[in-house]
Amino acid sequence: MLDVRGLKKVYEGSGRRVEAVRDLTFTVGAGELVCLVGPSGCGKTTLLKCMGGLLAPTAGEVLLEGRQVTGPPPGMAFVFQEYGRSLFPWMRVGENVELPLKQKGLSKARRRDLVADALRSVGLADASSAYPWQLSGGMQQRVAIARALAYEPRVLLMDEPFAAVDAQTRADLEDLVRGLWRERGITILFVTHDIDEAVYLGERVVVLSASPTVVQEQLKVDLPPDRDQLHTRVAPRFAELRTHVYEQIQAAKRGVQLGGTPLEAAPMDAPPPLKDGLR
Amino acid sequence: MKGVNLALGAAGLAAFLALGEAVPRLGLVKEAYFPPTSRIADALGDELADSAFWTALGDTLTGWALGLAIAVGAGIVAGVVISVVPHLREATASTIEFLRPIPSVALIPLAVLLYGTELRSVLLLVVYASFWQILIQVLYGVQDVDPVAEETARSYGLGTWARIRHVLWPTALPYVMTGVRLAAAVALILAITAELVIGAPGLGARIAVAQTSQAVPEMYALIVVAGLLGLLINVGARTVERRALAWHQSVRGEVAV
Repeated sequence: MLDVRGLKKVYEGSGRRVEAVRDLTFTVGAGELVCLVGPSGCGKTTLLKCMGGLLAPTAGEVLLEGRQVTGPPPGMAFVFQEYGRSLFPWMRVGENVELPLKQKGLSKARRRDLVADALRSVGLADASSAYPWQLSGGMQQRVAIARALAYEPRVLLMDEPFAAVDAQTRADLEDLVRGLWRERGITILFVTHDIDEAVYLGERVVVLSASPTVVQEQLKVDLPPDRDQLHTRVAPRFAELRTHVYEQIQAAKRGVQLGGTPLEAAPMDAPPPLKDGLR
Repeated sequence: MKGVNLALGAAGLAAFLALGEAVPRLGLVKEAYFPPTSRIADALGDELADSAFWTALGDTLTGWALGLAIAVGAGIVAGVVISVVPHLREATASTIEFLRPIPSVALIPLAVLLYGTELRSVLLLVVYASFWQILIQVLYGVQDVDPVAEETARSYGLGTWARIRHVLWPTALPYVMTGVRLAAAVALILAITAELVIGAPGLGARIAVAQTSQAVPEMYALIVVAGLLGLLINVGARTVERRALAWHQSVRGEVAV
């Protein structure tokens, strides 16, 4: 569905050369929910923007259903961390959700159905005529998610969408995303710096190294598909997985590749070789 | 609180008018050059009854409105084009900074040379003065576009035109509104100046006639009209601004969530 091959992104400007992403290769299968987790400043956002066609990679390529991504592809929707800036304050909630659909050239009736359906699925059926700034932070992010859903994407890219909301709202939104994923069968790539969130949400977790970024490890989350905040988070397997990811991230920060894996059958693929070893 | 402020404002104005009445009557200034308030009010009453006054007012407002409309239209289009076309901003910055400080009144000889005492003379000066107010605000406003909003629009496949219409324009609108408010005031100043100096028909020309014919109270009455016009224009511009920017932080205030 989504292939990232040898992706490299170097920012150059005013005599400074920053290698944000060195060499990333991974795939996301159709209908999968993959969480990308890595130490802060590891180029997660850069990676996502390259995947969404918002940034041109320096080398390597991103393929969506076998076709190279050169600009924002029509089958892909983006949910940003900064919901307050991503929603347009001059438009009502309904108009915000509808705008991309107008751009798609859908009929008025179809647009109305999609907007109503998307707002209903995020629990904001009544908020259509409010302005985004009249809503709480969590509700605003729900609107942003509704806008993405109404767009009917095959792939949904989410860039630390819940980093700016409080813990309780966050738990609700996590369940919302998992619910929508199971209900609608969208492929979701969810970027987060929160290890618990990555393990709780994902079917698979891709651990990134510190910048310049490579894939540190890929891990299958073998928790049952029915997850809830109360029981899943206290399950022994959840603790094992999160400990494992935590260790990987710590290792990534130090710039080492952990050798033997403490988890039986957990890693999916052989970890890619880290070319420069200790730095 | 608002009522108290309103009362204080009214009291201040009344005191000012009373002072204008008392000072000439007490002989502190020459009544011939500084008639008391009541005589100015009488002259104003006479003016309002004169159809020539209304024609002059209409001429001034025509010059003002037409000039402002041209300046706003041209300023917005030029500002957006300069911002959207790559490198154009850098290429035009020095020219704009050179042309902008030229006082519009310095163009009066040129206006006379080109158009004599026609309306077009007034328009030239009004448009020149107001255009820069709008252009500069549009240039700043366009720079204020939030990168996240811009990326959101791009990620949903909005093309250049759709991004100008749905992201760039609403972002720049508060700046444009400020520009229009400033330009509206400047346009009135220039319209009356042009009429006064060039003699194009309007309130300014009527003030000049009143002055040369020693009709001092009438002259003051016309100046009061010009002042009231400025006041109305500012109030009107603010009302339009409030309506258009109901969603903006500066207008909406804090909302309870």
